[in-house]
This record gives sequence, C-alpha cells and structure tokens, in this order.
Amino acid sequence: MLELLGWVPLFPLLGFLILVLTSERFSKPFAPWIGIGSVGISVLLVSLIGFEFLNGTLEPYRLVLGSWMTIDDLSVHFGFYLDTLSMTMLFVVTGVGFLIHLYSAGFMESDPGYARFFAYMNLFVSAMLVLVLADNLVLLYLGWEGVGLGSYLLIGFWYQDSNNGYAARKAFVMTRIGDTAMALGLFLLFMQLHTFDIQTLMLRAASQWSAGTLLPMVSAALLLGGAVGKSAQLPLQTWLPDAMAGPTPVSALIHAATMVTAGVYLIARTHSLFILAPMVQFAVAIIGVVTLLMAGCSALAQTDIKRILAYSTISQIGYMFLALGVGAWSAAIFHLLTHAFFKALLFLAAGAVIFCFHHEHNIFKMGGLRKAMPLTFWSFVIGSAALSALPFTSGFYSKHEILLAAFEASPILWAVGCLGALITGIYSFRLVFVVFFGTQSRLVEKGFGWSMILPVVLLAILALFGGMLQIPLDTVFPNLFNLEEDPIFVSVITIAAPFLGLLIAVLFYLTGTFSAQRLANYSWAKPIRQFFLSGWGMDALYDSLMVRPFKVITKLNKNDAVDRLYLGIVRLSQKFHRMVSVSQTGRVRWYASSFVLGTVLIIAIGLLL
Amino acid sequence: MNGIPMEFGLLLSAVLFALGLIGVLVRRNLIMILMSLEVMLNATGLAFIVAGSRWGEADGQIMFLLILTLAAAEVGVGLGLALQIFHRFHTLDADSVNEMQG
Repeated sequence: MLELLGWVPLFPLLGFLILVLTSERFSKPFAPWIGIGSVGISVLLVSLIGFEFLNGTLEPYRLVLGSWMTIDDLSVHFGFYLDTLSMTMLFVVTGVGFLIHLYSAGFMESDPGYARFFAYMNLFVSAMLVLVLADNLVLLYLGWEGVGLGSYLLIGFWYQDSNNGYAARKAFVMTRIGDTAMALGLFLLFMQLHTFDIQTLMLRAASQWSAGTLLPMVSAALLLGGAVGKSAQLPLQTWLPDAMAGPTPVSALIHAATMVTAGVYLIARTHSLFILAPMVQFAVAIIGVVTLLMAGCSALAQTDIKRILAYSTISQIGYMFLALGVGAWSAAIFHLLTHAFFKALLFLAAGAVIFCFHHEHNIFKMGGLRKAMPLTFWSFVIGSAALSALPFTSGFYSKHEILLAAFEASPILWAVGCLGALITGIYSFRLVFVVFFGTQSRLVEKGFGWSMILPVVLLAILALFGGMLQIPLDTVFPNLFNLEEDPIFVSVITIAAPFLGLLIAVLFYLTGTFSAQRLANYSWAKPIRQFFLSGWGMDALYDSLMVRPFKVITKLNKNDAVDRLYLGIVRLSQKFHRMVSVSQTGRVRWYASSFVLGTVLIIAIGLLL
Repeated sequence: MNGIPMEFGLLLSAVLFALGLIGVLVRRNLIMILMSLEVMLNATGLAFIVAGSRWGEADGQIMFLLILTLAAAEVGVGLGLALQIFHRFHTLDADSVNEMQG
C-alpha cells in the first residue's frame, strides 16, 4: 500500500489539468465531480496508507519516483518521505481539504468561475501534498512556491475587483520576501553540506557543525525567514488579513488550515538544524509570542468577520511558533492539527453566515442569528470554544501542552501566552455574541445543500474531539520535556485565562453590563482602538518605510539613468547611419567615380609607403 | 614589334584607359558608358599584349583572350540591362535611374 504514496499528489494535479484544459462551459457540470473526486481519491489513498503505516513499525518510508536533475554532485529526485510528521500533514491536507472542497460545491455554485475555482483548489492541494511529502529541500521548495501560486490565484479569484488583485499581489510579494531568504538558506546548506536530502542534511549538520556556531545560525535564520513569510508572522504578517479578499472556502483551506502552517511544518521538519542554533530557536519563540499578542489585540478591534478570523489565525500560528521555539515540536504539530479543524470549521461557518447575507462582512450588521441558523450557531460556538481552548475541546489539549512547555522554558513566555489566551477568549466570543445574539437582523433566506452541511458537522465533531487523537510524533522529534513537575497554579491559570476572556466578552457583548461603545468613546481609547484596528499600524509603517520611498525613487528615476547610456549608443549609431546612407545616391556614375577615387587613393598609399 | 619600345605601348594603353575612364564618368548615355567600358577593357588588353611581347611569353595573349571573353559577356549583360532600363524608364540616361538611394 505504501507505494501508492506517489499517486496522492498526482490525482489533484490530474484534476487541475483536466479542469484547466477543458473549456469552462463544457466542464461546468463536471467541475465539482472532478474537483472533489480527485481530492476524494487522495483521501482514500491516504487512509489506506495511513492505516498500514500507523499499524506498522512507524519506520520512515521513502519512495523515489524518478530523477529531476543531475548536475555534477547535485542530484535532485522526485522523492517522497513518509514519517509520522508527514503522515499527520497528509491527513490534514487531504481530509480538511476534501471537506472544504465539498463545502465549496455548494458555496460557489452560482459563481461563473465554478470550474476555474476547483482547478485552482486542486492545484493548491497537489502542491501542498508535494510540500509535505518532499524528501529533499528542492522538491519542498517546488511545493512551497506551488502553494504560493495557488494562494495568489485564489485570493485574486474575483479579479474583476481591482482590490482583490491588489491583495493577491500583496500576499505574493510579501511571501516572496521570505521565500528569497529561504532560497538563500537552501543554497547555503547545499554549499556547506553538499546535499539537498533533508534527512541526510540534518545528520550531516549535526555531525559537522557544533551548536551555536555561525553556519547553523545563519542557515536556520534564513529558513526561518521563509517560514515567517509563509506563516504570516511578524514582520511579514500584513498580507494575511488582506488575503481574506478570496472566497471563504479559500480562506478556510489555504489561509487557515494548510498553507499558512507550512512555515511551522518547515521548522518542525528541519528541527535538528534549529536545535543547533539556540539563538535562532529562541527568536522563533519571541516572534511567536509577539505575533500572538499583536494579532490578538488586532482581532479585538476588527469589525469584518473574516478579518477577525484572519488575525486569530496569525495569533494561533504564533502559538505554534512559540511551541517550536521552546522545543515542544510535537505540541506545535498537535496544535497545527487541531487548529486546522477548528479554524476551518469557523471559516466555513462564517462562510455560511456571509452566504446568507449576500457577502456582508460587517459583524455589527448581523445579529440574533441564533434562532435562524442553529447549526451554524452551534458550530460557531464549538469552533470558538476550541479556538479559545476551553477544556475538553481539541484546542484545549494542544494549547495547554504549548503553554506548559513555554513555562518550562521561561515563565515570561508562558505569561504572555496566557495573556494571549485571555484575549483569544474575548475576541472569539465577542464574535459569537455580536453575530448570534441580540436583536435579529434582516436575514436573506437561503437554504444549504447537504454538501455545505456535512463538512461543517464533521469538522465540528473533529474540533470537539480532535484532541483525543494520539499521534506518535515522538518517533520524529526528540522529547525534551517532563511535564509532571509543573506547579499547580500554572495549570490553573492556563485553564482559567480563556474563561476570564469569556467572562469579559459576556459582560461587554451579551449582558451589556459594560459598553464597548462607551469605552471606545473615551479620548484615551480612541487612538488605541485605531492602533489595534490597523493591526498595530504595520501597513502604514511599511507604506512609509518601503512603498513611499520606492515610489519617490521611481519618480526620480522616471527617465531611467541606466537607459540613457543605451539610448546614447542608439542615437550615435543612427547618426553614423545617416552619414553613411547619404553617400548612397543611386547614381551609377557617382559610384564609378568613388571606385576610381578609392583605387587611386589605395595605389597612392601603396606607392608612398 | 621589335622596333617599338615597350614604354610607348604602355603609354598608349594608359592613354586609352584614361579616355575610357573619362568616358564612363562623364557620359550619361548608357550605350556610351558601355562603349567606354569596352575601350577601357581593350586598353588593359593592349597592356597585356605589350608586356607579353616584351618578354616573349604567351601569357599576355592568353590574358587577352580571357579579357575578350569577359568583354563579350559584359556587353551581353550590359546591353540586356540597358534594354530593360529603356523599357521601364523610356530613357537611357544613367542619372535619371537613381531610385535606389539611401
């Protein structure tokens, strides 16, 4: 069964090719069948493979499909590597991906670009599978860029609105900054260690480099650059909230469950390298903590339902980075898994709300949907509970593990993480209370097909009970923690923090004991609200730091200084051309006289010399 | 031929050549230009003959035969072109056929 691994990314790719190569009108009736079917076959294959793999010895399995390029001592294979880490990612990508494809069949039905949508989605899933399965860094990079392309195409899916195109370009360029760093990291690793194979690379790094020296630090930092860009962490996080311009299933699949966690996967995959670079690993934790706090605060002030979820995604990936930074590798991957469940659920439920409101995103124009949409309400409650890590939901187990590990590393990291958990509780239940409680707003009635209900129900079950899943990740990662000795107050505070957040949300948005409106009207609160609303002003900062100077430079160099030189050469040759072409008069006698004159001159020169 | 010094023969050929050249350069009628070219060719032929007889070699005469053939071919092509030009432009003035200019 394991040798079927090669077919897993191939089916979505095939689906993409079929949908792209046939005309839209022809393929419209078949589009969902091809799009969902191709991912469905991958799900079946992954289940078969997973069943055999997890019941086996858990020994990593390697499958080489063929050679990609061989130059001198560089040889890159289309090679796949299956261990529990990539197995987990396979389950997330195909499983959640399949459910979201199914949901899209209902959600996107009236869209004229139905077939195009599934084509892009299939391309994305295929690239993501290559990314998680790759056994060498070059193939991983191929998948890495492939998901970037899919993300770009899908953010700008409704390209008629130029704002969407702008958001797509922003996402592409921002992640490209990180990718450049990552490419440099790959070159450095190859130059020093002469291989791209990840496992060999890690072994050689561990044997040839000593911890804390320059080379592992630089290469780990460069890889971290790529991870930060892809996973929307500080300082490259500003593209993700804008990426919500894409259709909601896209936000669920790419910008919540899978692609944005690729950075976490990359760091987990190359964890040996990060262990060799303790300073960089610590930087990962710091980035995670600052990002989770920043994104949490920003989520508090947003009014757009999808932007709230986008910021919460950034914040949750911050938790994963924190876990990676303190060496709790399996906790990070566990949180990645549960986050994929509950965030996909939240996005799909939000999609249902948006669907019913004809693409209205402002939460304050919604309200009282509890009665009208009970299924969506309950899935939202489950998703929010898991997001804010209330006990016995999936998010609780993973986040609890992360925070305890953070406490072992440094109580400060833990304290900030708990503060973040408190904020998470506030903003996620603020969303629930504002949208689903209060006076009922005018609802545009629209029924859901089973294809939209089934994924939401399944994801709700996974978001509730996903924490029970036991992934034997300890075969991949070294276990550094002994979680028995924590003082009791740590656990208590960790569990209590989200409840405090929930309580604050109840007081502000449910019972109305305090009014957020009145709070926002205080003169001291206004700039803070504005600050949070703009995502800590990062966009404005980049605008004045990078975009505007760049525009000034381009304006100054409008005539292109370098081009002047080449234009000069062109002018000069044109002048010579004109001078010579004057001599071509078309008169035979003139030519004959030039012959004579030339001959006389040559003979004269010959005689004189 | 022994009585005449080589210099005289060469001088004659040079004068003929110069006359032909002047004819090519100053005449505008194509027929006249072709005739002047003939004169130039014959002048060179004469120079070969004179040189050949000076050293008693047959090379000069062989070259003259070559030049004769060349002259015949040249006249054939030249007259053909002149005919075509006359058909097209209704004139034999070389200066009025000057459309190919830069």
